[in-house]
Amino acid sequence: MLFGYVYPNEIEINWGLFIVLYPYLTGLVAGAFIVSSLYHVFGVSDLKPVSRLSLISALAVLVVAPLALISHLGQPLRALNLMWTPNPTSAMAGFGYIYSFYLIIVVLEIWFIYRPDIIGFSETRTGFAKTGYNLLTLGAKDVSQEALHTDHKVITFLAILGIPSAAFLHGYVGFIFGAIKANAWWATPLMPVIFLLSAIVSGIALLIVVYAAACWIRRKKIDFACIMSMNKYLWVFLIFAFVLEILEVIHLGYEGKEEWPAVRGLITQIIPFSYFGIQLSMGMVVPFFLLMFSRMERLPVKIRQIGTIVSGSLVLVGVLAMRFNVVVGGQLVSKSLSGYSQFHFPIFAEGIVPTIGFLILPLLILAVLAYILPPWMDGEEAKPERRRGFEPELGEPLEEGVLATVRERYTSTASQRYIARTDLFGKWREDDRL
Amino acid sequence: MKKEVSRRDFLATAGKIVAAGILAPLGGLAVLQKTSVAQEVLKGKSWPEIWAGKEWGFVVDTEKCIGCARCVKACKLENGVPLDKEVFRTWVERYVESGEGQVNIDSPNGGLDFEPAEKTDGKQFFVPKLCNQCENPPCVQVCPVGATYKTGDGVILVDNKRCVGCRYCIQACPYGARFLHPELKVADKCTWCYHRTQKGMLPACVTVCPVGARKYGNLKDPNSEVTQIVKKQRIRVLKPDMGTEPKAYYIGLDEVVK
Repeated sequence: MLFGYVYPNEIEINWGLFIVLYPYLTGLVAGAFIVSSLYHVFGVSDLKPVSRLSLISALAVLVVAPLALISHLGQPLRALNLMWTPNPTSAMAGFGYIYSFYLIIVVLEIWFIYRPDIIGFSETRTGFAKTGYNLLTLGAKDVSQEALHTDHKVITFLAILGIPSAAFLHGYVGFIFGAIKANAWWATPLMPVIFLLSAIVSGIALLIVVYAAACWIRRKKIDFACIMSMNKYLWVFLIFAFVLEILEVIHLGYEGKEEWPAVRGLITQIIPFSYFGIQLSMGMVVPFFLLMFSRMERLPVKIRQIGTIVSGSLVLVGVLAMRFNVVVGGQLVSKSLSGYSQFHFPIFAEGIVPTIGFLILPLLILAVLAYILPPWMDGEEAKPERRRGFEPELGEPLEEGVLATVRERYTSTASQRYIARTDLFGKWREDDRL
Repeated sequence: MKKEVSRRDFLATAGKIVAAGILAPLGGLAVLQKTSVAQEVLKGKSWPEIWAGKEWGFVVDTEKCIGCARCVKACKLENGVPLDKEVFRTWVERYVESGEGQVNIDSPNGGLDFEPAEKTDGKQFFVPKLCNQCENPPCVQVCPVGATYKTGDGVILVDNKRCVGCRYCIQACPYGARFLHPELKVADKCTWCYHRTQKGMLPACVTVCPVGARKYGNLKDPNSEVTQIVKKQRIRVLKPDMGTEPKAYYIGLDEVVK
């Protein structure tokens, strides 16, 4: 027999493409959030053009992630049992709480960051939009200096709290796999760290691609400093991710324990194309060099941008392959260590079609979010668009009025002191807008 | 003539209907409770009383097994596992060693579809597999909703009304003993026929085995056959390095068996 012996119950692969999607999607969320934190907490001001985009991208992906999980359950209607009757010894039982906690942090942070804008929109828009934005303000329409000061404190707190939360959300997914001693390919304490780093890598790559695509759709110039900054961080994190992923295999091989021949067979005979070909070469080694070349100042700006964007796309594909190689690959190795199961890509039920749907859905949600809460930081777009037929003479004083009040308060001596204070946390660039 | 309904009459009738609506399902519940297996087993006793002094154990004698797979079929019929699906609470593996040390392992359709093997110079034997009812069960540890649990007499059960079908337990079991029930869409596994043994019967596979390769009994009873075997014979468990402490003991288990 070509594939040796597998236990009869292993003929069916239990965790299919939806479970491949889940760590992929939460990884994108965690990574995107880390990018926004690089700006909000660590003061990487070059990332300003994507500081808001990263947050609403995180939210768009975050709301889709559990859909893949719930659709996979044998009893989807009992999904909330995870929260009503959690088993404290289960690595999976914390999922509902950790996910909800993180969702709350992301939503709160977005709300606080957008609050002045939402208030501005509720003043300038009309009809349904006005009502909608009015509801979104939750009645908190105070844009006084004290209120904005509090906002900034809260945003900083949330951004700081969000970093360990994002790391925990995704490291935890790695733990769910890494803690399964029965699975030779999963069981390693490195798994949470590997997942976390590949998450950061995929999140930065996502933002490079989404930001470039958004600029292209909106016919705006790509902020070169911003994309090069993402290039740099992607490159650095790619090195860590690569080292850890390789380290795990080298360690298994060097120890050469009972399960090594089975694992070696997996990566060299069963999934060599998606492991060495896509995950490692196309998804890591090629982008590593491409990103490096894109940093060469001799090259034209256009080429350097394209190099970075292509690297981002390659990394996105490579990380998806990595999730597949871990989740499905691990199940291909029989626990009898004497053979390999076969994975057949289904088309409809938990197959390729709904998987592609789950990959497109976040982009649609992102488009809607970007329409409601414009994340563009390139000047005029941060302001509400004017309704067709709306007299600019009437609109101007209204929206300018609100912003002018804010601006005036910001330039007072008290707020100068306040801005200086926030610098303790890093550059608070949100204020540039005002 | 149109009959006038007074407010008083209306309220009284409505009250009766509402009361009936509430009581009828409750009555149904009471009937259900009366006929449940648990009630039949308990007979007024509490579970801890029933479990007291019991620790179930299983012995598989691989020297005796002839690979007829009657156990596999009996198990499926007894426990409502579809015969035409490749999922098994118990199965029989066949090991055929060639003279050169190559081992060919197979278990076609769980052992139901064995074709006669070629004669070789090496060892040839069968190994029946089933849930080990581990002392440290990884499946119970990982179940996110506590749907799978260990009873006081040491058997791991699945509450199919609570299981969400996440299949984490299937991943966690080192022995491949668990599967997703194709019809119920919940995790399923061997229970050593808990519904039978609680009534004093033997597990279905033990009952049908024509050669006595499967033995079941109380490990806390010094005179039971399983206790005697565990005490006096050389036995092994599967994958002891996993730290699961299985309670299915194997006689004559070859080192190639995993």
